[in-house]
Amino acid sequence: MIRYLRSAFAVYAKDMRLEARTKETFSAVLAFAVIIAFVFGFAFDPSPSVIALVGPGIIWVAYVFTGILGMNRTFAVERDRGTLEGLLLAPVGREAIYAGKLASTTTIMLVVEVLLYPVFLLLFELNLFNIWFVLVTVTATVGFATVGTLFSAIAAHTRAREVLLPLLFLPIILPVMIGAVASTSAALSGDGWGGVGKWLQFIIAFDLVFLVLSSWAFDFVLEE
Amino acid sequence: MGIAGLGIRQGLLGLAALFFLTDLYLIFQYVPTASEALGLQVQRIFYFHVPSALLGMISFAVAAFASVVYLAKRARKWDRIAWASAEVGTLFFTVAIGTGAIWAKPVWQTWWVWDVNGTLTFMLWLVFIGYLIVRSYAPTVERGSRWAAVIAIFGAAAVPFVYMAADWWEGLHTERITGPGARGSMEHEMFLTLMFSLVTFLVLFIALVAERAAQRGIEESIEELRREVSA
Amino acid sequence: MTMNFTADAPLLAIDVQGLSKSFGRMAALRKVDFQLAYGEGLALFGHNGAGKSTLIRTLSTLIRPDEGIVRIAGFDRDKHAAQIRNVIGYVGHQSLLYEDLTPRENLRFYAKMYGISDAHDIVERSLVEVGASTYADRRMRVLSNGMQKRVAIARALLHRPRVLLLDEPESGLDQSGLDLLDSVVAAVKKGGAAVVMATHGIERGLALAERAIVLADGRVSLTCATSEASVGAIQEAVLAERGVRR
Repeated sequence: MIRYLRSAFAVYAKDMRLEARTKETFSAVLAFAVIIAFVFGFAFDPSPSVIALVGPGIIWVAYVFTGILGMNRTFAVERDRGTLEGLLLAPVGREAIYAGKLASTTTIMLVVEVLLYPVFLLLFELNLFNIWFVLVTVTATVGFATVGTLFSAIAAHTRAREVLLPLLFLPIILPVMIGAVASTSAALSGDGWGGVGKWLQFIIAFDLVFLVLSSWAFDFVLEE
Repeated sequence: MGIAGLGIRQGLLGLAALFFLTDLYLIFQYVPTASEALGLQVQRIFYFHVPSALLGMISFAVAAFASVVYLAKRARKWDRIAWASAEVGTLFFTVAIGTGAIWAKPVWQTWWVWDVNGTLTFMLWLVFIGYLIVRSYAPTVERGSRWAAVIAIFGAAAVPFVYMAADWWEGLHTERITGPGARGSMEHEMFLTLMFSLVTFLVLFIALVAERAAQRGIEESIEELRREVSA
Repeated sequence: MTMNFTADAPLLAIDVQGLSKSFGRMAALRKVDFQLAYGEGLALFGHNGAGKSTLIRTLSTLIRPDEGIVRIAGFDRDKHAAQIRNVIGYVGHQSLLYEDLTPRENLRFYAKMYGISDAHDIVERSLVEVGASTYADRRMRVLSNGMQKRVAIARALLHRPRVLLLDEPESGLDQSGLDLLDSVVAAVKKGGAAVVMATHGIERGLALAERAIVLADGRVSLTCATSEASVGAIQEAVLAERGVRR
């Protein structure tokens, strides 16, 4: 168990150190997120009634698509640069590698998502500095990352990874999307636990199930 | 060689053809024309739509189950069954979506209804497509089989979540349309025809899967022989 | 991770029987057999595409065999792949090192992944051993190929493996790098570990190893003790099957 935690943390720390130094993934993902937000800004007339209706949808479409970009890079970069084998040769269970990668992907996504709060405020007058929304953001992002990290390991070994990851990923995380949009709607209209609670529990249940499932499947996916 | 001998498979295909012809008769001659509200002649498509959707879901269950067994036992037979189920299932789902759209537009003025069944059908269709595509992109057949198996299992695990989420979402957005999935009260002939259609499609499913899995088995034997010859 | 040895102490570092592997239609390895004792070196020769890399990667557990038995340090590949990874060191075509990290950071990361205690001292010692101390804090990206190779070798030796697997290690090394390679292989064998080295350098291979195997089209076409072999004979064997590709 200790070995598992230590290795997972080593992978996470290594990823964070690389990211801090190169800011490769982070800058690409942040730039993409801001662009998407602006595109929606041009596409919709930001009157309060319209925003109340489509705001939550916009937010989560933006988050999911930037997430896909980030998650694709998780394994694509390791594979292209030949370092994935170094991880595979380590005498640790594959679950530890999965856990480390999950943690680093989630961290990057969360940082970008939070950085987007002021952007959404500026463009749509959506105040996302709301504890319930933050909770939804965290749990939903973890949900995306559990499935996305696993499928990224698959997509990274193919020629069409930009297409394959969204295709595999989106149907599976559909429940999280629905939950995230619905609970965001509730959170932003001030519903608190009453409106958000049920969805939050739902998303957390999804996270737990798919965390276990992905951890288990990771070995099968990487085996040559 | 495959899961059923040639004789059985031919028998199944023959049986399926028989059922299908009888079904066509029932749908177009036996059942009286539906009410205006349900679409008059267009409503007959209902007897193709519901069984296709249902069989699509059954194929998914079969594919997911076979995938689990394949990962546990690594026996090619189970991968072939899963693969065949996925192919046939994709076909059924495509028919379900197509017929659903054709029926929905004139009757409910919308191309697709995002109720629980509709959402589930669409989502599983996408999962199946991903399942088939991932195999063609995999570096080896064996790896593709493993990846596909994982995808099928994930899809199955997501089903209860999709069901719940779509159900709650439906509840929130109260312009409920009684979509193509609604049964309501049905006249005797309609019920009978529907049941018969279900059985027809089930037989078709079994016949097609058996045939496809056997085909795959033969393809794999050929590959095996090729390898041995070049050794 | 405790190492569970099989009931009778393993006398063989490597035991391969009937190993076969195909990639789709192409058979990369066909019924390969060989054994290697501890403290011995095996030189693996063969033309490009003969299966040398596939064999080394199968021994490293990166590739799963289709058929056959692979036992390393007594551990069966099918059941104890993780234990095998604990006792092998691998130097391949790719450096397995992160370009934007320094040699020191890379080695410290791998020390953690291998669960090495006293990681700090061991990493420092390692850097000195391969002559990379001066460059220990420059990003890998700016180092020469030869220097990167040295750090890759250090990575493979960090956890004192019982079996060292080298896939064309001489590529990119200058004379002092080659000298380092020679002394590393000698030291590792003296320490009781086995070495498998796939190489195009026939002279070097024969000098460093006790046994030699020539692979051709995935099959073992020649196997002998290096004391009995001549450079010419090996060369002939390597070139012989060249024309016969299916």
